[in-house]
Amino acid sequence: MPHAPADAVKALRYKQNNDSMSNEDQLLEEVTGSDYKYGFYTDIESDKAPNGLNEDIIRFISAKKNEPEWMLDWRLDAFRKWEKMTEPDWANIHYPKPDFQAISYYSAPKQKKTLDSLDEVDPELLKTFEKLGISLDEQKRLTGVAMDVVVDSVSVATTFKKTLAEKGIIFCAISEAIQEHPELVKKYLGTVVPKSDNFYAALNSAVFTDGSFCYIPKGVKCPMELSTYFRINEAGTGQFERTLLIADEDSYVSYLEGCTAPTRDENQLHAAVVELIALDDAEIKYSTVQNWYPGDKNGKGGVFNFVTKRGICERNAKISWTQVETGSAVTWKYPSCILKGENSIGEFYSVAVTNNYQQADTGTKMIHLGKNTKSTIISKGICAGKSNGSYRGLVKIGPRAENARNFSQCDSLLMGSSCGSHTFPYIETQNKTAKVEHEATTSKIGEDQIFYCNQRGIGEEEAIALIVNGYCKDVLNQLPMEFAVEAQKLLAISLEGSVG
Amino acid sequence: MLKISNLHAGIDGTEILKGIDLEIKAGEVHAIMGPNGSGKSTLSSVVAGREDYEVTQGHIDFEGEDLMDLAPEERAHKGVFLSFQYPIEIPGVTVTNFLKTSINETRKAQGLEPMPANVMLKKMREKMSLLEMDKGFLSRSLNEGFSGGEKKRNEIFQMAMLEPKLAILDETDSGLDIDALRIVANGVNKLKNKNNAVLLITHYQRLLDYIVPDFVHVLYKGKIVKSGDKNLALELEERGYDWIKEEQPA
Ligand SMILES: Nc1ncnc2c1ncn2[C@@H]1O[C@H](COP(=O)(O)OP(=O)(O)OP(=O)(O)O)[C@@H](O)[C@H]1O
Ligand SMILES: [Mg+2]
Repeated sequence: MPHAPADAVKALRYKQNNDSMSNEDQLLEEVTGSDYKYGFYTDIESDKAPNGLNEDIIRFISAKKNEPEWMLDWRLDAFRKWEKMTEPDWANIHYPKPDFQAISYYSAPKQKKTLDSLDEVDPELLKTFEKLGISLDEQKRLTGVAMDVVVDSVSVATTFKKTLAEKGIIFCAISEAIQEHPELVKKYLGTVVPKSDNFYAALNSAVFTDGSFCYIPKGVKCPMELSTYFRINEAGTGQFERTLLIADEDSYVSYLEGCTAPTRDENQLHAAVVELIALDDAEIKYSTVQNWYPGDKNGKGGVFNFVTKRGICERNAKISWTQVETGSAVTWKYPSCILKGENSIGEFYSVAVTNNYQQADTGTKMIHLGKNTKSTIISKGICAGKSNGSYRGLVKIGPRAENARNFSQCDSLLMGSSCGSHTFPYIETQNKTAKVEHEATTSKIGEDQIFYCNQRGIGEEEAIALIVNGYCKDVLNQLPMEFAVEAQKLLAISLEGSVG
Repeated sequence: MLKISNLHAGIDGTEILKGIDLEIKAGEVHAIMGPNGSGKSTLSSVVAGREDYEVTQGHIDFEGEDLMDLAPEERAHKGVFLSFQYPIEIPGVTVTNFLKTSINETRKAQGLEPMPANVMLKKMREKMSLLEMDKGFLSRSLNEGFSGGEKKRNEIFQMAMLEPKLAILDETDSGLDIDALRIVANGVNKLKNKNNAVLLITHYQRLLDYIVPDFVHVLYKGKIVKSGDKNLALELEERGYDWIKEEQPA
C-alpha cells in the first residue's frame, strides 16, 4: 500500500496543531508541494475531502492513492464526461435526486468505531443475525466489536492467500492493483463499461477508491470461491466500488460478492461498477447476495443503489450472473453480458425482493454479437408491502449473430394488493436466424397454498418462506451451497410479517 | 375424540352447514356420503380450520379442547389431518422438503427436537413401500404435474408419515385406479389402530369394501339426515339418494 499521501495528511494535521516550525514542517512543505503541483489548495482538516466534486477533488483523491499519472488522466476524462451528462430518470422508480455537490468523495479508510461488547449493538440487528445463524465471532466482526484474534479465521485467510499465490491468481484491492499490476489494469479498466457508459458509471470512474481486482491466469481453475469476505482489512463496502475481474483463456472462477448480514451505511448513494472479462474458453460465475438497509417501514432512510455490472465473453466463454437482492431503498441494476465471441454463453439468474416502500428496477441485457451465442434469463421478482418491482430486460441480436438463442423467463410473485410489479422486455433482432423466447407470469401466493401448509402443521410465516423458496429455486440452485442456505433464510426474514 | 355439536357454518353470509352433530370415538371409522354440493368438503375444511368459512353456531370439540380456539396449524399439531379432495401444487418445493418441514414444525410445537435425517429417511422408505410408491416422488415438486391418482396417493403418504389421531379423507378414492385403490386402502388399514380414527368422505361403496366403516352418515343440504352401519352404504349404492331426499320435509 502507498504510504506517502497518508503521511502527508498526518503531517498536515500536525501543522495545524503546532505553530512552531520544525523538521516535520519542512517535510510537510516538501510533501504537500506535490499537492500544489496538481493545483490542490483546499485546506484539509482530516482525511476527508470537502463536499462537492470538481477536478481538484479528483486530483486530491488520486494523490491520496499515490496513483500514476495515467490513472489521474483517466479519472479526469471520466469527470469531464460526467459533467456533460444528466441523471437518467427513465427507470420506473421515484426518489429524491441526490445532490452530488453535497457528498464528500473521499475519506481515508476509517477505523470502524470499536464497541466493547455485543451489548452495545442494536438489538434488532442482533436478532436478525441470530435468525441468519451467524456465529458470535462473525457477529462481532460485522458489528465492529473488538475481538480477540480468532486464530481460525486468520489461518484460513493465510492458507487462502497462499493457495491463490501458488496458482498465480491475483486477488487484491483495486487500488493495490493500480500500483502493482498497472499493465493489467490499464489494459482492461473501462473496456467493458466505458467511462461515458452512463451517468453513474462516469461518476464512479471519476471517483472510485474501493473495490476488488482479480486475475486468473491462462488454464487455471480457481480452486475456491473467491469472496470479498477474505479480503480482510478491506471489510466494509465503499460508496463507489470498482471491481475488475479478468479470467484469462481457459480459466475458471467463481466469485461471491456481498453478504447476507444487513448492511447499514451512512452513505445513501452507492454507485458501483463491475467489469468482467472472460477470454477464450474461460468461465466466470459471479454471485451476489445483497442486503443493504432498505429504510424503515415508512420508507425513511435506506440506501440508493445504482450499479453497472457488465461482462464480455470472448470465444466459447461463459459468464453467469446470479443475484439475490433484498435490500436498498432504491435499486437500479442490470448485470449484462456482451456475447462477442462465437459460441459464448451468458446467463442471468435473479431474485429481487421488495417490501414496504422499496423500489427496484433491475434486469439484464444480453447483447449477442457472435455466432451461435446463447443466453438464458431467469428473473424472479417478489413484491410485498407497498413496494414496486420492475424487470427490464434487453435481448439484442446483432447482424452477425447467426443462430443466436435466448430464453427468458420473468416471473413475479405478489404478496398483498398494495404492491406492484412490471415487466419490460425489449427485444431487438437484426438477424433472422435468431430464436428468442420470452415467458412471463405473475402470481400471488394462494390462500389455498397457505392453508394446505397450515393443515400440515406449517404456520403462516414458515409457509410463505417455503413457498417463496420454492418459487426461487431455479435461481437459488445456481448459488454455491452455503450461500444458498443463507440466501433462503434471508428471503424468509425480508418477507416476515408481509402477509396477513 | 371428535365431537361436533349443532355446527352451523357458511361463507359470505350463505349458510352451508346447517346444524351438524357428529361424534367419532378413538378406534372408529366413519363414512360420510351425500350428493354433490351437500357440504361434505365444507365440513372437513371447517374442522381443519379454514378461515374462509365462518362458524356461526355450535362447537367442535377435539380431545377435550375447543378447536375453534386453534389456528389450522395448531389443529394439525394436535393430530388433525385432512387429505384434500383437490391437493394443492407448490412449485419448487420437493415432497421431501415439504414433509421435513411439516414433521419438524409439528415436533417443534410438541416440544420435540427435529427428527434426525436418517430416521426420517428410513421412515419415508418404509411408508413408500407400504404404499408401493416410486422413490422418484420424493424429489419432485409437491403435487406439480402429479396425475390425479398420484396426488391422492401422496396425501396418504403424508398421512402415513405424520401419523395423525384423526384422519379426514375427502374423496381420496376418486382418481385412483383399481389397483391403487386397493393399495391405498390397505395402507390406511395398516395405519389404523385403536387410538386413532378415520373419517372417510366418499361417493362409492368400493372404498368401503376395503375400509369397513363402523358408521355411515348421509349429509344432505348441510345436515346429517341419516346414520347407520355399513349396510346403509350398500343400500345407497343400490337405491341412490332419491328416497332419502323424499324423506326430507320440503
Ligand atoms: N368457498 C366457497 N365459496 C362459495 N361457495 C362455496 C364455497 N365452498 C363451498 N361452497 C358451496 O357450498 C356447497 C357445499 O360445497 P362442498 O364443497 O362442501 O360440497 P361437497 O359435499 O364436498 O360436494 P362434492 O361431493 O361435489 O365434493 C356448494 O354449493 C358449494 O358451491
Ligand atoms: Mg367435496
